[in-house]
Order: sequence, then structure tokens, then C-alpha cells
Amino acid sequence: MIQRKTVSDNVFDFINILIMCAIILMTLYPLMYVIFASISDPSIVRLKGGILFWPVKPTIQGYRIIFNGTDVYTGYKNTAFYVVVGTSLNLFMTSIGAYTLSRKNVLLKKYFMLMIVITMYFSGGLIPSYFVVRDLNLINKRMALIIPGAVAAWNLIIMRTAFASIPEEMEQSARIDGANDFIILFRIILPLSTSIIAVMALFYGVGHWNSWFSAVLYLRDRDKFPIQLFLRELLILNATITEDTLITRDALNSMYTKMLVKYSITVVATLPILVIYPFLQKYFVKGVMIGSLKG
Amino acid sequence: MNENKNRSIGRTVLRDLVKNRYIYLMFLPVLAYYVIFCYWPMYGAVIAFKSFRPGLGIWESPWVGLKHFESFFSGRYFYRILRNTFMLSFYSLVFGFPAPIIFALLINELRHKIFKRTVQTITYIPHFISMVVICGMIIDATTSNGFISTMLSYFGFPPVNLLIKPEYFRSVYVVSGIWQGLGWGSIIYLAALTNIDSTLYEAATTDGATRFQQTIYISIPGIMPTITILLILSVGSLLSVGWEKVLLLYNPAIYETADVISTYVYRRGIVDADYSFSTAVGLFNSVVNFVLLFCANLLSRRVGETSLW
Repeated sequence: MIQRKTVSDNVFDFINILIMCAIILMTLYPLMYVIFASISDPSIVRLKGGILFWPVKPTIQGYRIIFNGTDVYTGYKNTAFYVVVGTSLNLFMTSIGAYTLSRKNVLLKKYFMLMIVITMYFSGGLIPSYFVVRDLNLINKRMALIIPGAVAAWNLIIMRTAFASIPEEMEQSARIDGANDFIILFRIILPLSTSIIAVMALFYGVGHWNSWFSAVLYLRDRDKFPIQLFLRELLILNATITEDTLITRDALNSMYTKMLVKYSITVVATLPILVIYPFLQKYFVKGVMIGSLKG
Repeated sequence: MNENKNRSIGRTVLRDLVKNRYIYLMFLPVLAYYVIFCYWPMYGAVIAFKSFRPGLGIWESPWVGLKHFESFFSGRYFYRILRNTFMLSFYSLVFGFPAPIIFALLINELRHKIFKRTVQTITYIPHFISMVVICGMIIDATTSNGFISTMLSYFGFPPVNLLIKPEYFRSVYVVSGIWQGLGWGSIIYLAALTNIDSTLYEAATTDGATRFQQTIYISIPGIMPTITILLILSVGSLLSVGWEKVLLLYNPAIYETADVISTYVYRRGIVDADYSFSTAVGLFNSVVNFVLLFCANLLSRRVGETSLW
């Protein structure tokens, strides 16, 4: 039956579209502002009072300063390390956990689940966790950012659901052929679950890219800092850019240049995510949906 | 008789362990992880009841019972941080919880597929930007010649630095939270909306219901289980305000409204190295959260059928 569109229907649709456009603008504007400001003359940007619709008096001075220093490279190198190694460990641990919890006829399964779910709601706290890391001699080591977060319970549950939905016949026919659980996991289950693994990799990966607090807590050496920490120094702590990382001191400690570099380094640190994101968006959304509908 | 029962239970467990030995073997790293990084700290939380000295270790440090809790409850800042934590959570809940729901309902009404997808794609972006960058942008926008002040000046207000006046912090926190979470938060609700039986809508149209009535009587009840569960989870974390953001945005000038339990724990524990005291505060936080979660779940089970467990 064709629904006749009333006037109020059309009015509503029109207003809805207006609202959506407004929301799109409000979402994008801060990002565009940062991008434009990063290539604009800072003295003029300052006068604009936060309103920029296009770059003014373009300059790449900010980027030049950043790429001439060492902080950005150190940060990127470390962040890349944390993302790659961290996500690999995440995937490994989450997979074996999800496999165990998704097998039928495993008696202790319920207790394992209970153990995991409890940790989702209750934890020892910041200080005891800090001391555990300290007692393991991980303070100021790169592994402190990788091992303590190895398993995210939420992701574990999502993956378990995905593994459990693989038809039992596959597992049974493999067992008849004499395969043990290791082979079943790696040769059968995992190849059939590439999309959920992709989702997990993205969730964990983005988490590592954006993480900063663990680094603040556990790292002391600057050469181990992820890029978020350098960002934090410039954006939040309003640190003065030090001599050994940039060109001339008086140019840099001047307020304008500092402002410009802030925008530029923000773009440099966030651009990879923004660029990759549109291609992988559907994976993220699928991941959330699986998690929400089953979990 | 009991002995026989126990023996046969033990035998069943043993049999299972042997039959599934590879599975259990595989699980060992995960088990070890949870024991070391989740349960050992829980045991370590016992230092909340001791006067912990790192040199002595957990065992040797002397017991002080509830001394730290007492000094926390009677301390100068107890009321302040409790109030701040609660208020921030509460405002986030009141304003930030409905926003993605309404947004999802609106998106659901969009006819044009491509426009709909564009809106979604764009509004998901803030979720992927790191907290450091977001707070950097907030700090930038709230300075006296930042975006917000400029906007305000068009309405005749004088320029103001929003992050040094305590009274503005809650608004900054909540509004930026909505900006961050609007798109991403709507995913779950949109998924739930697509699960509603479309014959319900058809029947409603035949009966002459307007779109608005359909929303109220079909859509919202249809996603009520989802809403309830998420609401329970939010209530359960009422006292664990997103401290990452607070930690990045606050400064001593606005501790009056910005200092929350978790930032207090961080300051007293890590910065001041007052380990036992800070652990006590953290423990208090955890316990209260758990109680809130439990109560919220109980309430929901009483009122409807959805619950977490």
C-alpha cells in the first residue's frame, strides 16, 4: 500500500534534513578548523577568534618544524610498535580465549566466564595495578603498554559469539580426521573468521593508537613515548618546544609558532586514522552490532 | 554417600580435563593474564586496610583497619569530589544518554540512502579521535579568543576563558561528550531499530497512525530493552566518570567542580605517593559502583524483563 505523503510528513522530512546538515557541520567544523589552521599564518589565525572557513596566508612552517625535529619520528616509531605488537598479542590472546569459551562440552567454561565477567565490573584499582606492573619489573619498559591490556573482556565475548556460530560439523569432521584443538583453531576456525578478526584488529589497533594514560603512568624515557604523549605535552601541558628538537629557539618559543605547531602536530598524529577510517568503517559498525545484539 | 558423590564429581572433572586437555592448555595464557593483571591487583587492594610501605611489601606492612576510609570520609575534599563525580555523571546521563537515541530515531526516518550513510559516516569520526586531540581542541575553543568566546560575543557577552571558571566545567564536559559520542552511540540503537518487525509499522499505517505516533508506540518500545541495558550500565558507572578527559582538561583553578574520585585517586596515589589512602578511595569507588549496578539491575528486573544477568 502506497503511503500518501501528508504536508506534515514533508515538513518533518525537510526539518530532519536541516537538522542532519547542521549536525554534519558541527561535527566536521572543528576538524576542518584544525586542518586549515595548521597551514595558516598563526598571527592572522589568532585574530580570527576560532572561525576559519579556509586557510589564510598559507604556510607550511608548522609542518617543517615538526618534521625537522625528532619527537614526531620517535613518537610515530613507538606508536607503530605499540599498535603492531600490541594488536598482535591482543588477537592471539583473544582468539585462544574465545576458542576455549566457545567449545561445547567444556566443563569449566562457566567458571572461566564468571571469572572474566567479574573483572568487567570490579577491579583492584589504579594503585594496586600499578604495583603489579612494578613488581613484574615492567616500569619504563615498552612491554608495560602491551601486556597489561592484552585481553579486553568485551572483545573476548564478541569473538566467542563469532566462534560459537561456526557450524559444529566442521569441528567434528576435523576431529574424526584426527585433528587436535590447536589444528582446529588455527586451520579451521580462524580462516573462517577473517571478518571478525579484522574487526578485532581494528578495535584494538585504534585503542593502541589513541592510548596515552598507560604511557603517562608507566614510561619515564622519552624515547619510548608514543605520539599521543608528545601531543599531550604540546596541547595540554603547553610545554615549550625544546631546543634540541627544533630549529631556532626564538622563533619557536614565540607564541605564534607554538600555536601553529600545535595544529600541525594534531593533524600529523590524527591523519592516519582519518584516512584509513572511511575504508574500514563498515567493519567497525559490524563489530559493534555483533557485540550489542549478542552480548 | 557424600564421599561417593564428591568422588564422582571429581572424577567427572578429571575426565573432562583429560578429554579437553588441549583446550585447557590453550586457555592457560588467558587464565594467567586474568590472574596476574585482574585478580592479583584485587588482592593488592588489601593495602587499603594497611599502612603500606613499599619497602616492607604487602605482607609486612602493618594493619590500620579502616583508618584511611575514616580520614577520607572526614577529609576536606570528600564531599567535593563525591559531589563532582556524581554531578558530572548525572548531567552526562540526563543530556548525553537521550541524545544518541533521538539521533538514531531521526536517522531512521531519513529516506535518502546515500545521505543517510553520509551522515552516519561523518558522525562516527569523533569517536576515533584520541582523547588528547579532543581535549586539545576543547582547550583551544574555550580560551578567551577561541571559538566559543567569539560566538558569545555576537550575542553581546564578554570573552571568557571557560576552563578557569569552575561553573562552566560541567557544561564543557557534557557538551563535548555529546559531540564525541552522538554518532557512535547511535549505532546500537539503529541496529535495534532495524530489528523491529516491519509488519508492526504496516499495521499502524493501515490504522491511520502518524509517523510520530508510530515512533512513540512502536519504535521506542521496540528498542526499550536496548535502552534499558545501556541505562543500567551507565548507572553502574555513575561514580567512575571518564577520568581521562577530566585529567586532561582540569587544572587547580577548577578543582571545585572538576576534581572527581578517579582524578583524586591519581593525584594522591601516583603523584603524592599516598598509596594506601588512594587505594582505599579507589576501593570505595569500586564497591559503590558495584552496588549501584546491582541495584539498577534489580530495579530493572522488577519493572520489566530485561536485566544483565
